[in-house]
Amino acid sequence: MTPPSFSPTGIRFENIDKRYGGLYGLRRVSLEIAAGECVVLAGRNGSGKTTLLRIAARLARPSSGSVSFVNSRGEKNEALLPAGFVAHATMVYDELTAEENLLLFARLQGIAGPAEHAAKLLREVGLEERRKSLVRTFSRGMRQRVAIARALLNEPAVILLDEPATGLDPQGVSWFAGTIRELRDSGRTILMSLHGESEVSSLATRAIQLDGGSVVADTRTGANFRSILAFANA
Amino acid sequence: MALLSNTAVLLGKELRTEFRSRELLTTTVVFILIVIVLFSFTFEPTSDESRRFGPGLLWLAFLFAASLMLQPCFLREQHNDTLGSLRLSVSDPFAIFLAKLAANTLFLLLTELFLLPLFAMMYNVPVAGVLPWLVLVLVLGSLGISIAGTALSAISAQARMRELLLPLLMLPLLTPILVASTEVTKGLLDRAPYVQWKGIGFLAIFDLVFLTALWLFGEYLLEE
Repeated sequence: MTPPSFSPTGIRFENIDKRYGGLYGLRRVSLEIAAGECVVLAGRNGSGKTTLLRIAARLARPSSGSVSFVNSRGEKNEALLPAGFVAHATMVYDELTAEENLLLFARLQGIAGPAEHAAKLLREVGLEERRKSLVRTFSRGMRQRVAIARALLNEPAVILLDEPATGLDPQGVSWFAGTIRELRDSGRTILMSLHGESEVSSLATRAIQLDGGSVVADTRTGANFRSILAFANA
Repeated sequence: MALLSNTAVLLGKELRTEFRSRELLTTTVVFILIVIVLFSFTFEPTSDESRRFGPGLLWLAFLFAASLMLQPCFLREQHNDTLGSLRLSVSDPFAIFLAKLAANTLFLLLTELFLLPLFAMMYNVPVAGVLPWLVLVLVLGSLGISIAGTALSAISAQARMRELLLPLLMLPLLTPILVASTEVTKGLLDRAPYVQWKGIGFLAIFDLVFLTALWLFGEYLLEE
């Protein structure tokens, strides 16, 4: 991966509620994710992991409460670039080539030298030779590589991952774990929900468990830490 | 400036994907062609009847075709959650609407301009003398259909009965466009053609009002 050109950034969730009619998706969630942490979110289906990640990405608006990005001194920084978001859905166009997809999103984000930047990212995710191929001709693993390249276009300080490795074969998961390790080691803040990928969850420095939209456990060490990771890996 | 550059980039994407697959244009052209041909075979209208009923038939066909064309507008952004990546990338979500409605207007106009000579031939209605005025009505009418239709497409894409919802919302809402466009077209196809300024003014105001509403409230239509 390219040397970092971002400033260390954390995420602050303050009393987040998300209601769908009378149902609570999230209930009074307050969390402080420090810059450079690699956090695994665990929980059953419907526990609020995806909702929390989409609120952090500003794709969903909380019913009440606020989410903000903070610098290493804990000060809010609204001028920060959006977080990089990778989900189970690839969030790229099947009818465009890998290169066209990256060029599209680079131009929309006003990135200088979009062609060079896209080419560099495609090289880094190992898709240089297939850059002119339509994404719909790609395997699941290759699609996720394009998705990661898209998420890294603006060199975000915060990476949000919502079950990104689901459906990948063992080689794909290994490649993905390697990529997350590089991102973590470069100082980026990572918040991710996983579905049975122990190779990826072993990179975590903190584990948070959600149940019914509330945080029920939050730990960095000890047996509880291991049991939450085991839950995420199940 | 960011709004315009984002719109231009997104419009380029819309055109590229459509001209690569030609899904929307082919479907719409075939649909309107079938309606025009079937109506002609079923009723065999005289020249006078064509001048009376032809404009209404033409705009009804355009409207139904637009409801087909607009259906996948936001629906296909849901397949891979590309709407999410667009929202994360653009500085103003209005750019997403502007690009989509510009592309929809262009596709609709292309279809209409392709089928207009066929309509004139099959219904024995000369259009050459009033072509500039007809193009003006087609542009204003198609723009109105696209503006309202694109907004409704964003709403219906998030609903459970999405395939049924768009025409159910769109057809009643666009009745004023249908009536005004038909009346202006009827005037232009008359034996002594005349321009119905009231209708043209109405179409322009409709377009302006709906475009302003979309600019003000469009962001909320994209929220989860």
